[in-house]
Amino acid sequence: MTGRTGPSALFSRIFPRLLLSASLALCAVCAAAAAEPVTLKFWVMGREGEVVQQLLPEFERRHPDIRVEVQQVPWTVAHEKLLTAFAGGALPDLCQLGNTWIAEFSALNALTDLDGLSRSSSVVVPQDYFGGIWNTNVVASRLEGIPWYVDTRLLFYRSDLLERAGVRSPPRSWNEWEQALAALKRSAGPDRYAILLPLNEPEPLLALALQQQEPILRDNGQYGDFSGTGFRRALQFYASMFRNGWAPAVGGAQIANVWDEFARGYFAFYISGPWNIEEFKRRLPGDLQRDWMTAPLPGPNGPGTSIAGGASLVIFRSSRKTQAAWRLIEYLSEPAVQLRFQAITGNLPPRRAPWRDPQLADDVYARAFREQLERVRPAPRIPEWERIAEAMQETAEEVVRGGASVDAATRALDQRVDAILEKRRWMLAHKKMQ
Amino acid sequence: MKSRVAPWIFIAPALAVIGLFFFVPVIAAFVLSVTDFDIYAMADIGNLRFTGLENYARLLSTPLFWQALGNTFYFVVVGVPLSIALSLGSALLLDSHLARVKPFYRTALFAPVVTTLVAVAVVWRYLFHTRYGMVNYALAHIGIGPVDWLGDPHWAMPTIILLAVWKNFGYNMIIFLASLQTIPAELYEAARIDGASPARQTLHITLPLLGPTLALVGIITMAGYFQLFAEPYVMTQGGPLHSTLSVLYFMYEEGFKWWNFGAASAVALMLFGLIAAVTALLMRVSRRWIAP
Repeated sequence: MTGRTGPSALFSRIFPRLLLSASLALCAVCAAAAAEPVTLKFWVMGREGEVVQQLLPEFERRHPDIRVEVQQVPWTVAHEKLLTAFAGGALPDLCQLGNTWIAEFSALNALTDLDGLSRSSSVVVPQDYFGGIWNTNVVASRLEGIPWYVDTRLLFYRSDLLERAGVRSPPRSWNEWEQALAALKRSAGPDRYAILLPLNEPEPLLALALQQQEPILRDNGQYGDFSGTGFRRALQFYASMFRNGWAPAVGGAQIANVWDEFARGYFAFYISGPWNIEEFKRRLPGDLQRDWMTAPLPGPNGPGTSIAGGASLVIFRSSRKTQAAWRLIEYLSEPAVQLRFQAITGNLPPRRAPWRDPQLADDVYARAFREQLERVRPAPRIPEWERIAEAMQETAEEVVRGGASVDAATRALDQRVDAILEKRRWMLAHKKMQ
Repeated sequence: MKSRVAPWIFIAPALAVIGLFFFVPVIAAFVLSVTDFDIYAMADIGNLRFTGLENYARLLSTPLFWQALGNTFYFVVVGVPLSIALSLGSALLLDSHLARVKPFYRTALFAPVVTTLVAVAVVWRYLFHTRYGMVNYALAHIGIGPVDWLGDPHWAMPTIILLAVWKNFGYNMIIFLASLQTIPAELYEAARIDGASPARQTLHITLPLLGPTLALVGIITMAGYFQLFAEPYVMTQGGPLHSTLSVLYFMYEEGFKWWNFGAASAVALMLFGLIAAVTALLMRVSRRWIAP
């Protein structure tokens, strides 16, 4: 008898309590949801991913209702990871985006137009930003991102090695540069070089190409113009640095540690960006700290142009936390926060206010960048640019390592680039894109 | 009737799994390969164009694809025989009566198979470094000048082959070893009584009886080596001058770097056809040799 009624009696005794505790638990969940802060997913690349975490506690203190979850993404896989996330609908709320990628994500219609938000903002003031840098974020009159830091490439050099070679001041023009390189190579000997241009990095050659009058692409970015006089002149100059033995024909993977090699005097010039100011201070031995400096990039006839690069902060259209994400962008754009960010990373601010602070105004290494930022031009702003830049660098590698002639190599490059741009031409012809 | 239905019910789960995870993706890949699916199509499917066999035609006229194909054949033609010879050689040595501390050597030679390629690649990059590498240091002692192993287009692929062979030969060695141990000792005994030398014993007993294993190992290794990807990915990123770019690496770049899934699918299907054809050829050849 007990065997038959026992369980049901037990059940009727327990069931009301079960119901009660279940509903209590449910309420607890509701209450938690009400007080639960908004969690922002924020993807940050490379070194910035390490250091941005130091800036966030202050933001979370000011906005107790917002939590920021930072995910660090290595630069080498960032592009692939972002596109995969787009295809899989797994994009974060906001993200750091290299400004050469903005056109691509704009074509994907993946970015939120920030124009309205920035108009009503008291922190993000467009007039305070460097115009050229701000414009790299404007695609088809939509504001797709807010500049976070600027990046341009110029010369890092060993002043003691230049002195020993009899070069009194850093070169301002290609002519002076060639003389300095030849003198450096003479005093360096056969196992050392005058300049390091890693063959896998397109930026140095791109900067030389942007110094030319002629644009790299023609007809609204529909065709390559690499076989035009401008690019050929840049590539000739680039290749001559290897042919004359001034630069070693090595890729980045063959240089185990750039800072060690710079300290050893393996090369005297290195074309690099602002992040390396901090790295050089940190990684070069103490007795070398007085022997390095930065200088603007030499141009064909006097001070030259360099790349208007950098990274922006974007909010993805898929995010439903636009307001909270905008708060974070505003916070990271505050001059004081930008100065802190600059102090940790060496990344240079894209707006004028922080530049007036003694921290930057008195920085001897930043001075050259400040001058260079007056002369920066962006790479073509089309989705295919990354692929074209890689094709360009592969062509340069063929010329340097394989001994191909500049004329034949650039004609082949134009063919490759025109094939890459076929879909773009079709899109433009069918008015599917502006 | 019932007896006809029953087997289908039993194999239905397996068929469903194979259909879902093999046939559907292959068909999807084929459909993609006759379109120009790219980032514009990802933004709006209206930008997708049906292109027929254009992807295939364009691939066949792309010098880089032919270079990738050539590199892959280079890797297979040199790497597979080298790998099998090394596996067989070490298995024969380990199986020999003269070998001492066999378990130690067996483990030591198998160890590369279970190590992580990414970790190994870091060590290999240092070993083969032009200026600080141990390999060049050793070569310098016998008067050979520094070789730019990973930076010279002529040396990069041999270095990759060396890495792949070293990494994989232990696996085949274990299979050969197991097969060697199934050969009856009586055969060797009889041969010895007839006065056969050890070399002749290997030639007339060991190798013929290893035939089926050799065919199996050959086909599996070949199919695996055609899919070269991880080694160049971690060592050279396909460079220098595309000298280590394999077909699969080419496909990866088309698909996951440039998001041209149409072209990437075409590459995948061509590689699939290629491996299927070479496997069929090898099977036919091995059947003719082993049958008698």
